[in-house]
Amino acid sequence: MTQDTYFEFLCRMGDNTLILGHRVSEWCGHAPVLEEDIALANIALDLIGQTQMWLGLAAEVEGKGRSADDLAMLRDVWDFRSCLLVEQPNGDFGQTMMRQFLFDAWHLVMLQGLEKSSQPRVAEIAAKAVKEVTYHVERSADTVIGLGDGTVESHDRMQAALNLLWPYVGELFTPDAVDIAMAEADIAPDLSVLRSKFDARIGGVLAAATLTIPTNHFAHKGGKSGKQHTEHLGHLLTQMQWLQRAYPGAKW
Amino acid sequence: MIPTVDMIWGWLNDVPDPEIPVISVVDLGIVRDVHWDGDTVVIAVTPTYSGCPATRVISLDIETALRDRGLKSIRIKTQIDPPWTTDWLSDAGRVKLIDYGIAPPTVVGGPACCPRCKSKQTSKVSQFGSTPCKALWQCDDCREPFDYFKCI
Repeated sequence: MTQDTYFEFLCRMGDNTLILGHRVSEWCGHAPVLEEDIALANIALDLIGQTQMWLGLAAEVEGKGRSADDLAMLRDVWDFRSCLLVEQPNGDFGQTMMRQFLFDAWHLVMLQGLEKSSQPRVAEIAAKAVKEVTYHVERSADTVIGLGDGTVESHDRMQAALNLLWPYVGELFTPDAVDIAMAEADIAPDLSVLRSKFDARIGGVLAAATLTIPTNHFAHKGGKSGKQHTEHLGHLLTQMQWLQRAYPGAKW
Repeated sequence: MIPTVDMIWGWLNDVPDPEIPVISVVDLGIVRDVHWDGDTVVIAVTPTYSGCPATRVISLDIETALRDRGLKSIRIKTQIDPPWTTDWLSDAGRVKLIDYGIAPPTVVGGPACCPRCKSKQTSKVSQFGSTPCKALWQCDDCREPFDYFKCI
C-alpha cells in the first residue's frame, strides 16, 4: 500500500460524508414536519463532523500542508472521491430517505469493519462514527418502512425512489484497485464480504416496507474513482464552495 | 504557586456546558485528562457527537476559565479515542439533568420516567431532538414534551 492509495481511501470516506452531509442540510427549514427537519439537520451535522475527522487524517497523510477545510472547499469535481449515490439530488422527502437508508446501511457495515482496521487512527474514527450511524440507520429504516407500507401514494413514491437509486448501490460494493489494496493491508474490510451483510439488512427492511428490490443489478460507476461523477456534483459544489470561491481565504 | 492537577480539575468542574448550563464539562465526562507538560497545562477534551457545534465553544470556555485563574500556557487537545459514551456522565450530573427537565440516559434506551411528573408512561416523539445528544419524548400523563439524553 502506498501513501497515495491510503490518501485516496480516506478521501472516499470523507467525501461521502461531506457530500451527503451537504445534501441533507439542503432540507434545513424545508422538511415536511419540524421533527424531521431537526432530525435531518442533526444527521447532516454528524456527517460533517465525521468529514472533519476523515479529511483531517487525509490531509495529514498527504503531507502537503493542506487542511481538511482546504480539501473540502478548494478541490473541484474531478478531485472528489464520493460515490455517485450521495450526490444524487434530494428529490421528494421519500427519495431523500431512501438514499439515506441505502447509504446508512452500507455506512454501518463499512464502519463496523473499519473499527478493526490495522491503522489505529482509522479504527478510532470508525469507533466514534459507528455510534452515530447506528442512530441514523435506525431512523432511516423506520421511515422507509413507514412510507413504503403507508398509503398507496407514499408506497408508489418509495418504490420509484428505490428503482431510481438502486443502480447507484453497486458502486459501493464493487472493489477497485484502491479497495483491494486497503483490504490487503487490513485497513478496510473486503467489500464483497460487506455485501452479504448489507443485503441481509436491507432485505428485511424493504420487505417490511412492502417494496420490491429491482432485479437488474446494473451499477453506475465513476464516483469513488473520480472518473465520472454525475452532473449533480458540480452544481452542489457551486453552492457548498461558493464563499471560498468568491472570497478566497475568507475565515469564519 | 503552580496549581496542582487536582485544583485544575476543581476549576473545570465550574465550567458549564454551553447547551446544558446546569451541568459542568466534568459532569458531562468530556474532560478526559489534565496534566502538566513543562510549563503548559494540557487538557484533553473529547467531543460528544463528532459534529457537535458546542465542541469549539467548550474549548474556548475551558481556556477562558483557566486564564481567569492565572494560567498562561494552556493547550487543549481533542481526543477521540476511546469515544465518548453517556456512561461517563457523573451521578451528580444525572441528578442535575433531571432537575433541569432532561431525562438522563438509561441502558434500556429510553427515559426511566418523565422528569417533571415522574410518570413512567412516556412515548418517543423523535429520536433526534434539539441537539445531537438528545431525543424528543413526551409524557403520556402530564403531556409535557421533554428531552431525553440519548445513550451512546
